[in-house]
Amino acid sequence: MNPLARLLAKRLATSLIVLIGVSMLIFAIARIIPGDPARIALGPNATQEQIANLRADLHLDDNIAVQYGYFIADVARGDLGISLYTNRPVTADIALYLPATLELVLVAGILMVGIGLPLGIWSARWRGRAADNVIRLISLLGVSAPSFVWAVILMLLFAFYLPLFPIAGRISDSYAIAPVTGFLLVDTLIHGDVRAFGNAAWHIILPAFALSLSGIGQAARLTRANMVETYDKPYIEMAQSYGFSARRIANRYAFRPSLIPSLTIIGLDFAAMLGNAFLVEAIFAWPGLSRYGVAVILRKDLNAIVGTVLIISATFLLVNIIVDLLIALLNPRIRYSQRPA
Amino acid sequence: MKRTLAILTANPLSLLGLVLVFVVVFSAVFADFIAPFPEHAGAVVDFANFNQPPQWPYIFGTDLVGRDLFTRVIYAYRISLILGIVVLAIAVPIGVSIGLVAGYLGGRTEYVLMRLTDVFLSVPPLVLAMSIMGVLKPTLANGMLAVTVMWWPWYTRLVYNITRGEKEEGYVLAAEVIGASRLHIIFREILPNCVPAIVTKMTLDMGFVILIASSLSFLGLGVQPPTPDLGSMVADGAKYLPDSWWLTIFPGLAILVAVFGFNLIGDALRDILGAEQ
Repeated sequence: MNPLARLLAKRLATSLIVLIGVSMLIFAIARIIPGDPARIALGPNATQEQIANLRADLHLDDNIAVQYGYFIADVARGDLGISLYTNRPVTADIALYLPATLELVLVAGILMVGIGLPLGIWSARWRGRAADNVIRLISLLGVSAPSFVWAVILMLLFAFYLPLFPIAGRISDSYAIAPVTGFLLVDTLIHGDVRAFGNAAWHIILPAFALSLSGIGQAARLTRANMVETYDKPYIEMAQSYGFSARRIANRYAFRPSLIPSLTIIGLDFAAMLGNAFLVEAIFAWPGLSRYGVAVILRKDLNAIVGTVLIISATFLLVNIIVDLLIALLNPRIRYSQRPA
Repeated sequence: MKRTLAILTANPLSLLGLVLVFVVVFSAVFADFIAPFPEHAGAVVDFANFNQPPQWPYIFGTDLVGRDLFTRVIYAYRISLILGIVVLAIAVPIGVSIGLVAGYLGGRTEYVLMRLTDVFLSVPPLVLAMSIMGVLKPTLANGMLAVTVMWWPWYTRLVYNITRGEKEEGYVLAAEVIGASRLHIIFREILPNCVPAIVTKMTLDMGFVILIASSLSFLGLGVQPPTPDLGSMVADGAKYLPDSWWLTIFPGLAILVAVFGFNLIGDALRDILGAEQ
């Protein structure tokens, strides 16, 4: 087996163990809930008999290990149960709301990589100079406020005072786009509606930027720190004595080794963004998982809470596997080890 | 300590950090003397002066029931700092101990403990805290609990990585050879070498705990009214943008100032102590 495939197999196995652990953790949290979920679901007018029936349906009278067994068997069949809040399958609810959140997080992730890495490279190349200090200060400010504060500030500046961007939503009401993937930026293109695509892109810029600001700061800070260390290495001095341009040295020789730690932190930041999306969505009235997630938490809707957290964690583990594979691809020690000497 | 302080005050950025943190801590500790309207920290109404833009004597303006926002921000700092201190005081010893044990003992212990840590690190921090808050009553104590549960694994990871490097060092071997107990080696030999990294991370985390706690209360899952809290102030004010901008901007900037201050000091400490990331 080649090393990449082996790495992938190993990572998938570990992730599966971790995911089972997450499911136990979330399940345990959900079952220490005070109050009877069946009574909450049926409301104050339910009879004892109705409550008893629902409790039996939900296996609430069995011991917790048996309950977990029922739960994991259902999950394996792709069944996360019925949401007591919307009365629909949890998977259907999540399928409805998750694409909007994922789209927001993915665009924010692109901004994080597309802005954060170049800022870090610049900062390291001009280390000690004015440009470096400005970038360091901006990156530190970026990580120093929660994304909802950035969302409020950006909205006030660029949607109210300078009305450049829309205030809320994913797309203007005048566009009716039949969902295919649920990602508006993709669906509009599938339908060949370029103006709708532009409209959706225009809507996503501010929320995605607010969400990505702390990630941009993290990525820039870490890239700079690693590159500054690399600049002390003899091979950089050699490249300098060869007369390579400062730009080439920065982009090719000093940046390469720091790419791997940067990618690791980007993976972690992506996880944080999946959570922080809740905050940004609330400000920009973005129709994603946020409102659903908060609503089910406040209503103690067990199936929905467990399902939502499980899906988010699975997404996060998937992203981390992708990041690990990217690192393996970029790391010559792993990349070349498959070739026979 | 003296030397560290001297270096901190020499650099303009870390000096700024010290000043910001000093202002935050000072105003939180002496809130009763600084706040112009201490009674506004509770459930008070003054409809004659409601929703006023910043003006003397309300330098941050007033909220929708006429309470002085400046007063409420100062009292909210007090809650935030208490929360930060309590969370770190519980999460750090737990996380550090697990990291030390896993890193030094290795083998099956290491596998089990680190996979357990992975489980906690695999749920986005805010989502984990949210689901805990979801099943508990939203009180300050439960908020601390939720943040603590999500915080310890980061220290486990940090200390675990250092320990794995340190346990191959000569001084550990020497201690093993003369028959020192495992407890002695872990806590008296290896732990002191982790302290710089732990202290640096704790300084940075003081800011980040405040940030996460404000995010929880922003979602309505943290400290409940009438207790003043920066996150819920932003959430309440956001409905009245852009007209009553001061309702969100001042509490928001208050979070920024506190977190930024701790970050500036943490960054400088990292440079001085040469701590690993």
